[in-house]
Amino acid sequence: MSDVVVARSLDEAREALAHQPDATVLAGGTDLMVEINRGLRRPRCVVGVAQVPELRRWHIADDRVVVGGGVTYTEMMITALADAAPALAQAARTVGSPPIRNAGTLGGNLGTASPAGDTLPVLAALNAEIVVTGPDGERRMGLDDFVVGVKQTCLRPGELIVAAELDRPRGRQEFLKIGPRNAMVISMAGLALVADHDARTVRCALGAVAAGIPRARDAEAWVAERIDWDNGAAVDDAVADEFGSRVAAAASPIDDHRSTAAYRRHAVAVLATRALKRAFSSEGDGDA
Amino acid sequence: MPDPYSLRVNGVDCEVADSDLAESLLFVLRERLGLTGTKNACTEGECSSCAVLIDGVLTCSCLVLAATAAGQEITTVEGLGDGRDELSVVQEAFVDEGAVQCGFCTPGLIVAVHDLLETNPEPSDGDVREALSGNLCRCTGYGRILAAVHSAAATKRSQP
Repeated sequence: MSDVVVARSLDEAREALAHQPDATVLAGGTDLMVEINRGLRRPRCVVGVAQVPELRRWHIADDRVVVGGGVTYTEMMITALADAAPALAQAARTVGSPPIRNAGTLGGNLGTASPAGDTLPVLAALNAEIVVTGPDGERRMGLDDFVVGVKQTCLRPGELIVAAELDRPRGRQEFLKIGPRNAMVISMAGLALVADHDARTVRCALGAVAAGIPRARDAEAWVAERIDWDNGAAVDDAVADEFGSRVAAAASPIDDHRSTAAYRRHAVAVLATRALKRAFSSEGDGDA
Repeated sequence: MPDPYSLRVNGVDCEVADSDLAESLLFVLRERLGLTGTKNACTEGECSSCAVLIDGVLTCSCLVLAATAAGQEITTVEGLGDGRDELSVVQEAFVDEGAVQCGFCTPGLIVAVHDLLETNPEPSDGDVREALSGNLCRCTGYGRILAAVHSAAATKRSQP
């Protein structure tokens, strides 16, 4: 077997990984190739999955959206998937530049499992279930169980990310991110907020402000009691501000080369307030 | 070591043998195939100096493992001209507008602008800025690049 396998089907990818469970899975290359180019990683064997058609598809199944691991950021933005998962499209648009978005994939973002992975707060807020396949068959888990630490996942040798299944709630979705410019930035703080007008819940998840992707569950429960679900009145400024403070309490940021803990905590509070106001503005009908 | 493989670059099949697993497409284009138009600057996807089209999709060649590009149609800046030794409309516009200073970012910009005008023949300033947001130029300040894109777009629109 060659050291490089370009899988043309899911079966081929599974078979190659069954033969070489320690092979490195290569999707869009936007993370892995940086490490290879810098000499930080020397894979012995690579299984390329960017040309696996089954991974590049998405579809709607009842009240869920099933997004293949090989779907690129560009596809999240420009296809009808953008209507099915608006926050995913918003997050995708903040990633890198057009050539990076043409290459990078949802599965790659999951596999890298960086706290700054832009799609991850969206997946958390949409109650994603991650589907993986491998020698032991298929496994499914929530994002909390999939991402087990900074750049660490629960993937076992020979396993491959197949898809993420997302909720499709009735209500607005927002993704917001802070960085030094509007393109080519790795998030200093990110936030996804999803309104669910049927369940009458607000779900909010944070990026780049903790080792994992925390949900601000206390703030979610607090604000759900203060939304005018029946008449759709705009959310109170005081409620939005207090929501921001409560969301920031769910962050456990650190100082690093990109930002400081204090700034990150401040930033997620601002993002949370802003996202809530957008999701529950008076002109909004809640059906967006 | 990967098995020998063949890359199709600018319509020509090129054999690549005795390669290292870790070689990027950028490295193979420049060091093995002698196509030095594609520039090597950051090797981490930050600058787009190495942009090429793969099956028509704008891609940073530094982020492609070369052996995985076998069987795909690769177009580099050398393959964009309208004929042998002729410049494309985009290349002409860059020359005419003085959109080149040191020139290191120019090939990546040319490829990216070709890609933009393929799908958007009449881009707004915002469209151009977003399309070129990954192309770093440290000389020009981008003003003349913007002018060159609009000029190239106008020329292309006026062509039959």
